[in-house]
Amino acid sequence: MSIEVRGITKRFGQFAALDNVDLDIPDGQLVALLGPSGSGKTTLLRIIAGLEFADCGTVQFDGKDISDRTARERRVGFVFQHYALFRHMTVFENIAFGLRVRPRKFRPSEEQIRAKVEELLRLIQLQNQARRYPSQLSGGQRQRVALARALAVEPSVLLLDEPFGSLDAKVRQELRRWLRQLHDEVHITSVFVTHDQEEALEVADRVAVMNEGRIEQVGSPDDVYNHPASSFVYNFLGNVNLFHGRVDDGTTYIDESASGHLLFVRPHLLEIARQPSGPTYFRATTKHINSAGPLVKVEAVTEWGAPVHVELSQERFHALQLVKDEAVFIIPKDIAVFEKSGNS
Amino acid sequence: MAGSISSTIRSVPASGFVASKATSEPAIVRWLLIATAVLFLGVFLFLPLAVVFFTAFHKGVAGYLRAFQDPDTLAAIRLTLLAAGIAVPLNMVFGVAAAWAIGKFEFVGKSLLITLIDLPFSVSPVVSGLIYVLLFGLQGLLGPWLIAHGIRIIFAVPGIVLATIFVTFPFVARELLPMIQAQGNDEEEAALTLGASGWQTFFKVTLPNIKWALLYGVILCNARAMGEFGAVSVVSGHIRGLTDTMPLHIEILYNDYQFVSAFSVASLLALLALLTLVVKSVGEWQSRRQLADQAAGEAKESQ
Amino acid sequence: MAVIFKQKSILPGFGLALGFTMFYLSLIVLIPLSATFWKTSTLTWHQFWHVVASPRAMASYRLSFGASLIGAFINLFFGVLVAWVLVRYSFPLKRLFDSLIDLPFALPTAVAGIALTTVYAPNGWLGRPLESIGVHAAYTRLGVTIALTFIGLPFVVRTVQPVLGDLDKELEEAAASLGAGRWQTFTRVLLPAILPAAITGFTMAFARAVGEYGSVIFIAGNMPMRTEITPLLIITRLQEYDYAGATAIAVAMLVVSFVLLLAINLLQRWSSGRRGRESSQESAFLGATLKPVLGRGEGQ
Repeated sequence: MSIEVRGITKRFGQFAALDNVDLDIPDGQLVALLGPSGSGKTTLLRIIAGLEFADCGTVQFDGKDISDRTARERRVGFVFQHYALFRHMTVFENIAFGLRVRPRKFRPSEEQIRAKVEELLRLIQLQNQARRYPSQLSGGQRQRVALARALAVEPSVLLLDEPFGSLDAKVRQELRRWLRQLHDEVHITSVFVTHDQEEALEVADRVAVMNEGRIEQVGSPDDVYNHPASSFVYNFLGNVNLFHGRVDDGTTYIDESASGHLLFVRPHLLEIARQPSGPTYFRATTKHINSAGPLVKVEAVTEWGAPVHVELSQERFHALQLVKDEAVFIIPKDIAVFEKSGNS
Repeated sequence: MAGSISSTIRSVPASGFVASKATSEPAIVRWLLIATAVLFLGVFLFLPLAVVFFTAFHKGVAGYLRAFQDPDTLAAIRLTLLAAGIAVPLNMVFGVAAAWAIGKFEFVGKSLLITLIDLPFSVSPVVSGLIYVLLFGLQGLLGPWLIAHGIRIIFAVPGIVLATIFVTFPFVARELLPMIQAQGNDEEEAALTLGASGWQTFFKVTLPNIKWALLYGVILCNARAMGEFGAVSVVSGHIRGLTDTMPLHIEILYNDYQFVSAFSVASLLALLALLTLVVKSVGEWQSRRQLADQAAGEAKESQ
Repeated sequence: MAVIFKQKSILPGFGLALGFTMFYLSLIVLIPLSATFWKTSTLTWHQFWHVVASPRAMASYRLSFGASLIGAFINLFFGVLVAWVLVRYSFPLKRLFDSLIDLPFALPTAVAGIALTTVYAPNGWLGRPLESIGVHAAYTRLGVTIALTFIGLPFVVRTVQPVLGDLDKELEEAAASLGAGRWQTFTRVLLPAILPAAITGFTMAFARAVGEYGSVIFIAGNMPMRTEITPLLIITRLQEYDYAGATAIAVAMLVVSFVLLLAINLLQRWSSGRRGRESSQESAFLGATLKPVLGRGEGQ
C-alpha cells in the first residue's frame, strides 16, 4: 500500500513540529525518515499511524484519504521506540494480542492463532522464549517481539519509531541486516525513523532527510549521499569540511574573505600533495595523523588557521611519507557549492 | 560499569545501599540509633497495638466471643459492612475514572482538579460530618424540604454512608494516579494500533498493570471506611442498634466500662488494619521485583 | 490561537472519565463543602467574632495547634532518625518495623484512642511507671500530645525515606574524601538534601493532627478550657443545636490551618529554591502533599 502525505502541519504551542510536509511513499518500499532530534520525524510517523493528529493536511493510503480514521481503523503495524510490550503477558500472548482482540466474527480460531504466532516466533528466532515475560528478555529480543506483534495482524504498512535506538552497537548491526532481509521477504510498505545516517543509508530503499519540521530531500541512499540537495543534507550525512568561497566563470575558489558561497568537501575528497595543481587549492600544516584503520585520518590547520580533516588511503599515505607538522597543499577533488542565502 | 552499578542501587533504594568504611558510622553509634528507633516505634506503635489484643483476650477466648453475642454489636458490624460496601465500590469507580482522565490526558486545570480531589484529606473529620449536617440537617439548606417529604439523611443510614464516602473519597484515585502516570501511554497506544477497542485496552492492558495499586487503594479505602469515627459521629445520632457503626459502638462500650467488649470489637478493626499493611508490603515487594526484573533485562541487553 | 482545553489524544474515554469525575466530585465534595460557607454567611461579622474569639474557643485553639505543633516536631526528629535507620542499617525484624510505620493510617482512630488511653492510664502499662515519677499522661495535655504524635508518625518517615534512599553515595564519599567527619557530612551534606522532604512531612503531620478527633477524645479528658480540642468543641456546639456557632469555629480552624500551611510551604519553597534545585515534593496545598505517603509510586 502506498502512503501519500499532503501538506501536514503540526504545532505544539509556538513550536512547529511539522511545517507543510509532503511525502510520497511508494508501495512495498522501505523508507527511512532521517533527521536530528526535534526535526519532526517521529511526529510525522505518529501522524501516519493515527497516534497523533495533524493541525492541517491529509494522509492517504493508496490515494484514499484516511485522516479521519482512528489508529485502530488504519491497520498499521507500529513498533515503538521502547517496544511498549505488555509487561504482564508472555511473549506468546503479546504476539497473539492483536488477533485475540478482534471482534468475534473476524477472530481466528485458537489453532489458527497458535499457528500464526508460532510462525512469527520462528521468523524472529525466539521459538524457545514463547513462555517468557518481556522483562526476562534482552533489548534485542524485545525489539523482535515488538516487531512480530505488529506483523501478526497483517498490517497494510509497518511503521517503526527509532527501531534500534536503545540497543548497543553490535545488536544494532545484526538487527539492521535482519530487518532488511525481513523486508525483502514480506515486501510490506515500511517506514522507519532514525537519527543515525549510517542506519538509514544501509537499510532503506529511500531516505527522506528532515530538518526543523521540513523535508530537505527525498531520494535513494546514493542520491542523498552523493548529490545532497542542501547544505543541511550534506552536513548531516557524514563528516564534512566547510569553507567559504566564490565562483567565477564556473570555477570555484576557496577564499575565506568571500561570503557569497558555502563550500562543502568530504574528508576523503580532499587530496594532500606537496605541489599545488589546478585553480582550487590551499596551504595547510599537518597537526595529527591517525594511521590505525582502513583509512588514514589527518588533521591539519589551514593557512587561515581553521582545522581541516582529510582521509586518505594507506597506499597514498605511504607514498607520501607524510609526517607531523609538515607544510602541504590540499586540493579538493569534488566540492559541493551552496549559495549562502536562507535555505541555500 | 560504574554507571550501571550506581543505577541499580538507585532503583532499589531501601535494600541496595552498601556502606563502605568512609560512609558508615562506628558500630556503637549505629546500634544506639537503631535502639532509639526501635524503642520509639515500640512505644508508639507496638504497645497500642498489643494492648488491643491483650485487653480483648483479658478474660479468655470465651470473654472475647461473648462480645459478639450482643445484638447491638452485631447491628453495628452490619451497618459498618453496609456503609463500606456502598462507599468503597463508588470510590473505586471514581478513583479509576479520575486516574484515567488525569493520568492519560493533558488538559487545562489538571492541577486544580487534583487539589480538589485531595480536599477531603485536608478537612478535619468533624468538619466533614458537619458539612452534611449543614446541608441535610434540620436547620440545613435542604433540611426543611427533606422533612416535608419524609426523607431522613442526618441521624440515619444515608448520612453515615455519605460521610464515609466523603472521608475515603481520594484514596483509590491517589493510589492509582502515580502508577498510571509512571506507566505512560505506550502500551495503550500499542493496543489500539493492534486493533483493540477502548474497553479492551483498558481491561486487558491498563488494568493488569495497575492491579496492585488498585488493590491497595481499595483495601486502604475500605479500612478507613470501616474505621471512620469523627465524621460518622457527627451525622449518626448514636442510636444504638440503628445508626451505630463499629467505631461508634466501641466508644459506647468503652464509656460503659465494658472494656473487654470494646477491645474485642476493636480487635476486628485492628486485624483489618494489619491486613491492609500486609497487602501494602506485598504490593511493594511485587513492584520492587518488577523493577529488579527490568534492571536484569537491561543488564542482559548490554552484554 | 484559541485556548485549547484538552490536547487531542487517541486514547478513548476522556469525556466519560472526566465527566464522571466532575459529577461525583461536585456531588460529594464541592456542593456540600460550599454549604459551610453558606452557613457562615448567615452570621454577622460581630456574631462570628463573638463565637470564634470566645475564651473557650481560644483555649481549644491553643491546645489543638500547640499540641499538634509539638507532636509534629517530635515526629520531625524521630521521623528522620527512623528513616535513616530503616534505609541505612539492617537489623532483625526491620521489614516488620518498616511495615508497621503505616499503622496510624490504617488503624481506626477510635481504636487508637482507646488503646493509647489504656496504655497511658494511671494503671496502664506505661501510665503506672509514669505515675510513679509524678507524670500524669492520660486525661492531660500531655495525653493529647501523645495521641497527636501517634497520628502523625508515618508522614516524616515516609517522605524522607525515598529521598534518603535515592541519595547518591558518591556525595558522602566526596565529603569524606574532602576531610569531613561523619557528623559534619550528615549536617552539611545529607541534612540539607533531606530537609525539604522532612519539612513536607512535618507539614502533613501537623495538618493531620490539627483536625484529629477520634484518637484524642478518649485520652484528653475533655475538660473545657483545659483539655478540650477544637474539633470536640465543634461537636459540642452541634449537640447544643448551635449550627452557626459550630460552623464559625470550623471555618476559623480551616482558615488558620490553611494560613499556617501556606506559610510553611512558602518557607519550604524558599529553602529548596535557595539551593537552586527543584523539590521533588509538590506541596501547593495540604492535600497535594499526601502523595508521597499514600502513593507508592515514588522511589519505593
